[in-house]
This record gives sequence, structure tokens and C-alpha cells, in this order.
Amino acid sequence: MKVSIGGIGLLASGLVGWDVGREVLAGIRPYRPGAVPDPEAELLPPNERRRSSDCVRWAMQVAHEAIDRSGLDPREVPTVFASSGGEMGVFDKLCRALCLPDRMISPTLFHQSVHNTAAGYWGIATAGQQSSTALSCYDDSFAAGLLEAATVVCVEQRPVLLVAYDLVVPEPLSQARSITEGFAVALVLTPPSDGSSPVMRVHLETAHTGETAGLEDPELERVRQDNPAARSLLLLSAAAAGGGRTVGFSLSDSQQLIVDLEPCRI
Amino acid sequence: MPDPKPMTPLTLSAYTLVTANGRGVGPVLEALRERRSGLKPCDFEDVTLKTSIGRVAGLEDFSLGDELRPFDCRNNRLAWLGLQQNGFMVAAAEAKQRYGAHRIAVVMGTSTSGILETEHAYRERDPSTDRLPDWYTPRYRYTHNMFSLGHFVRTCLGLQGPAMVISTACSSSAKVFATAARLMQAGLCDAAVVGGVDSLCLTTLYGFSALQLLSADPCRPCDEDRDGLSLGEAAGYALLEFGERVGGRGTVALLGYGESTDGYHMSHPHPEGVGAVRAIRDSLARASLRAEDIEYINLHGTATRANDSVEDKAVYSIFGARPACSSTKGWTGHTLGAAGITEAVISALCLAQGLMPGTLNCRRIDPSLKSRILRENQIGSISFAVSNIFGFGGNNCSLVLGKLP
Repeated sequence: MKVSIGGIGLLASGLVGWDVGREVLAGIRPYRPGAVPDPEAELLPPNERRRSSDCVRWAMQVAHEAIDRSGLDPREVPTVFASSGGEMGVFDKLCRALCLPDRMISPTLFHQSVHNTAAGYWGIATAGQQSSTALSCYDDSFAAGLLEAATVVCVEQRPVLLVAYDLVVPEPLSQARSITEGFAVALVLTPPSDGSSPVMRVHLETAHTGETAGLEDPELERVRQDNPAARSLLLLSAAAAGGGRTVGFSLSDSQQLIVDLEPCRI
Repeated sequence: MPDPKPMTPLTLSAYTLVTANGRGVGPVLEALRERRSGLKPCDFEDVTLKTSIGRVAGLEDFSLGDELRPFDCRNNRLAWLGLQQNGFMVAAAEAKQRYGAHRIAVVMGTSTSGILETEHAYRERDPSTDRLPDWYTPRYRYTHNMFSLGHFVRTCLGLQGPAMVISTACSSSAKVFATAARLMQAGLCDAAVVGGVDSLCLTTLYGFSALQLLSADPCRPCDEDRDGLSLGEAAGYALLEFGERVGGRGTVALLGYGESTDGYHMSHPHPEGVGAVRAIRDSLARASLRAEDIEYINLHGTATRANDSVEDKAVYSIFGARPACSSTKGWTGHTLGAAGITEAVISALCLAQGLMPGTLNCRRIDPSLKSRILRENQIGSISFAVSNIFGFGGNNCSLVLGKLP
């Protein structure tokens, strides 16, 4: 499958926005992790923004950045949202409330607990009516999302917005699933046509070894391993370095998603 | 936006279903024919809500052992029970022989996965340290995590192709057909196991209660006095293969799918059903069928005031009052993330058996509904059916199923 990258959005510690992220990943500026400012997520109406989860605001922020860079009308672009655990912060609040004698839970919190909460809010904020999928593949959720998005691009011949995110897991759920830093990334993928956007070829291979290669920078490699959405750093680093590289993503132990990124400027 | 291109039909070369009506398609078909509901007053755990549920009997009476032990939870027990019915395991093993384990995808749908385990673990957490019990923490990955169901099914079937879990609330296991169809069309696999499993938990029971969407009585889709839904649980699967390889005349196949969002509200449908219309139209376009070709529509028909009325507007605007329409939620309850596969399998049974079930518990059809709602079962050959599923986040999916010529 052959797809182009039409735009990138990024939000993580020390990687606030693709402009900064690209320079860090290309080695032009040093990686300096720090607190991530609460995303503006300006597409959300103020009342929705106030009660939205971190997942929603982070996902909206990177989706907005990527779609802006692509120059596409978001109402014309189907979406794929990939997250390992989804709304872990909401689950924590719901499960606490369900331990109390009256088991009263907030209706808003309940409808915000679904795996497609961020996808739903993106649709509402952009008045979009295109298809929207939300999925999980545990640690390989980014690769599964990339596979789904690339498949839609190739089969339907449509641009697709892929958003991958996982946020810090709160206590006590972190005892069962540790993610210590939030990470959100968005890619607009398009059918390759105009010749100016970076082109990647995506295919599946049978995996013979479980592990895929990591990043050279030990700090960034730690981030990549901490958060399923940060597995995308392999592809982002290849793009920042001007392409001409092949990266592999593990897919449920048995397969690898191989991405050949042609030489590019992005 | 141009209409989507026609798709290659995909044969449902095996399918199965477990609901409150029983294990396997036999009991489901029998319940449809005898018009016997699986809904009963809520007796789930210590829940005291006044509502009816479609609980699958026997899930409390066994556990998953050996290499499946880490997966043991209500949702995966239900998933396991589903795999044992109608020779599905054998059909999957034969497909594995034909194509190879790496060439079969597993695409499953669920909305709440094994969240019941986390609910239980929170009750047992240490009050002073907030520490979760030891039995729970290493098993989160295999029970509550959204991918647990996909991991479980590919482990049980020994499949090694692409796997993922789609979770778009109630539309989850309708959308699995779309994702699998694309993976097959793109040549990434030769066949796919699709399905959905969702099980009862406190989150959905108290959540829908908080939204004031639960009926106190068994749900009454399309009835003028309908006052909400009944929750249920289900597991269902279908094996999808290219029609030209396995499909004989009369075999049920997936002919089209359509997906859309409302872009309107998280838990209310768009008042005019614009997203629903788009999903239905796209499903017809992929099936290369006209609205006049469809003889039966399995409605989403949850029995909430809003859903049934908005869905009726959407359906009537495309089909008029010609095709027979019914909701089967009076039998199964709303099985949420499993509703897509539940109603796809029921639609496949209707096609295979020439049965159009009349809407159970609908005493007097809401006079404001314009579509042709069936109240009584009808017998007669059907060639093409549509199944609608709409969910939270305004997420819609319609499937066209039909018999191969």
C-alpha cells in the first residue's frame, strides 16, 4: 500500500508541536522534556472543553495541527483514533463512584467513558459526518491504527486522519498499567498524487523476532517504550531525518508492519 | 462526496451467536419463531435497578483454565462460549488450513471489554493505600484492556494475521465487517474472523440508568408507549471469505457496508438522522443495490423515544413504507458493542430461513412512525436485508446482507 503524509501533529513532553518535534528528532535542537501545557483544543466549545478529559483535549490538539498542515477540510476526512486503554482517567472516576453505596454516576462521565469519546468530540467540533473508527491493539495500537488508516486510504481512495494517544494512567489503575507520560500524535494520510508530500509504502511481514529496533537517543527511547502512542516516534524520526529509511512496527507478536519512507522534506 | 465504489461480496461461511435466548443459532431461531423474549427482571449481581436484562445463563458457573486462565473474566467467558457453538472452531481451523494462520485477520468489537474486573478490583482496594488486589493487576491486560477480546480470540483460534478491537460504543461489531472487508480487499489477508462480545457490568447498567434511558419493563421498540431500552449481553462471530472461493448459490454474504458520524452530540442522535441516512446510502452503493431491492430492515430499534423516531425518519426517507422493518431488541436486549454482530447474525438467519420477525413487545405501533413496522412474524423468501446500528459519539454503521445468486 502506498500513501502520502499530508500533515503531522504532535504533543508530548519536550515535543510540543511538530515544528519543535521535527527539529528535536532531526537532532537540530536538544531534547528537553518538561511539563506539557494544557492543550488549548480551541475547536471545542468552551463548555465541552471545561468538562472534557485529557485524552479528548490532547487528541483534539494534535488532530487540529495535522489537519491544518494538510490544508484539507476536516469535514471531508474520515478518522481513525487509536488508543491502548482509552479513557483510563474516566474509568477511575466511574469505578470509584460504583464503590459508593448509592452507585450514582454522572451521565456525562458515562458517555465520556467510551473508547470513541475523542473521535466523537472531533466529529462534533468539526461538524464532520465521515466514517470514524476507534480501535485498540494494546502496545501495538499505533501500528494497528496506521494499518487501518492506510487501508482506508488505499481501498476508498480518500484522505484519512489518524490520531494515536494515550495519557498518564492515574493511581491506582497505574498499578495495573503504567504509562507515566502523555503522548499524542496525528497524521493526515492521503492517496499519493501531487508529488510534493512524503510517500510511504506500507506492508505486512511475518515476524521472526519479537523486538523491533528502537531509537538511538536513550531518553527518547524511554518515552517510546513508556507509551503505546509513542511507538510512532520511529516513523516521526524517519520523517524528521528526511526519509529514505525503513522502519518496522510489531503487530501482535506475529507480524510486523513495515513502512518504507521515501526521501522527503517535511 | 462521490458514492463509494461497489465491493466484492464476502461470504459468511460460518456464523454463530450466544444471547439470552440461548447458545448457538438454533435457540435464537427457535425464540424468534416462538416469539419468546430472553429478557427477565434484573438479577445481575446485587444490582437493585428496576429494569429488565438479557443475561446469558451459566457464565458464573465456569472459569477459563490452563493457558486461557489470565483471560478469565465474564466478557471472555462469554467470548469462549460463543466460539464453542455451531462448529465455529472447526470452520476457523479449516480456514487456517486453507489460507495459513498469518492470512486470517481477527477484528472484534466491544464497548466495555472486561471492565467488570476493574469494578470488582476497586471494591477490594486497600482503603489506606489504594492498592489494588494482587489477583487483578497482572490480569488488566488480558481482561479489561480494550484489546483483550482480540487477543483472546486469536489465541483460542491460533490465528496470526492482523488483529484489532474496534470500540465505537454500540456500532463496534457492525464496523468490524467494514474493517475486515478493507483488509481483505487490500490483500492483507484472505479471510477474517469478525465478531463482537459485550457483557453486563455496573458501568453500563448504572450509566444508562443515569442517562434515564433504561425502561423499567422489557423494552418495547417502536411502541407508542416505549420508554427506554433493556440491556443485554451477547457473543457472536462470522467467518468472512471471498464469495468466489466458497460461496454456493443461496449462501449469505456481506454485500455492502456504510459508516458515518452525526457530528452532532455524544449521546443524542441527530434530529433528522443525517448520519444514519449517509451510512445506509453508502451501504447500498457498495452493494450495487437500489433502495427498492431491500425487502427487510433489521432496525437498531433500541426502544428509546429518540432513537426509534429518528431512525424511522432516516429509513422512511430512503425506503419509503415498502420494506418490512423490525427491531429484535425485544428478544436480546441492547447488547451494545455486540449489537452489530447480534443483528448481523439474526439478519443472516432471516435470509437463510425466509423469516421476517415481527417486533416483539410492540403492542401498538407509534402512529408517528412512517416506515412499515412489522408486529407479527412473516414468512417468505428474502434476498436482501439491511441491518442498522447507531451508537454513542454519533457513530453509525449499516450493513447489507444478501443471498448469493
